[in-house]
Amino acid sequence: MKHLYRKTLPLLLSACLCGSAFATEVGQMAPDFDLPGRANAVKLSDYKGKTVYLDFWASWCGPCKQSFPWMNDMQSRYGAKGLRVVGINLDQKSDDARDFLKETTASFDVAFDQSGKTPKSFAIKGMPTSVLIGPDGRVISMHSGFKPEHKTELEQQIKQALHLKD
Amino acid sequence: MKRTILGLLAITSLAWLGGCSSVGQVNAWEKGNLAKPGMTFESDPLDQRFTQHIYTSKENSSGGYGVGGGGCGCN
Repeated sequence: MKHLYRKTLPLLLSACLCGSAFATEVGQMAPDFDLPGRANAVKLSDYKGKTVYLDFWASWCGPCKQSFPWMNDMQSRYGAKGLRVVGINLDQKSDDARDFLKETTASFDVAFDQSGKTPKSFAIKGMPTSVLIGPDGRVISMHSGFKPEHKTELEQQIKQALHLKD
Repeated sequence: MKRTILGLLAITSLAWLGGCSSVGQVNAWEKGNLAKPGMTFESDPLDQRFTQHIYTSKENSSGGYGVGGGGCGCN
């Protein structure tokens, strides 16, 4: 009986501790999505060949709002070099998102996912979360949260992904 | 015999508890209601920040109030 315990207990304990553990990781293919946008549908596979800065945001998230002017800036500065900023809104009420977009300019593509399927497939853990995706569709980096002091590092990553020199 | 039963009971309850790890999880993008100003304990954000700052330094822990610092990753 004691032997049985010794063998099964660690197994049982580890089974208890690990929940569903899956995540999109750096180097992996980014899971595709097909979501309604402001005008047309927004599909990740349509951006093949472009470097995509994918940002998950919601109207109730303060740092998300802070990141908008910066994302506009990135789109206008590196758009010609092949960068596409795509913001995925995760509000459960689409009116909240539309009200937010009335007062906050977003000069990049915006998609709406009320069901939360896309953030689940990317296994995001914080709001906002940004995912930098290369032209081949592979994840280059992931970043959770947004603080003004993150800007330089994030821009550096974008520049690197676009093979730009300082 | 009694010990065996107790042991088995402990293991079973642990396994049951483990089931909770996948149930009732609030994802980061589902915290819209928790982020509402009405969900905080204090009405004045500046005052709350001040109180929390003192609390954090005294208790050596932070978070759990509203969304910022509550594990949402947005702080």
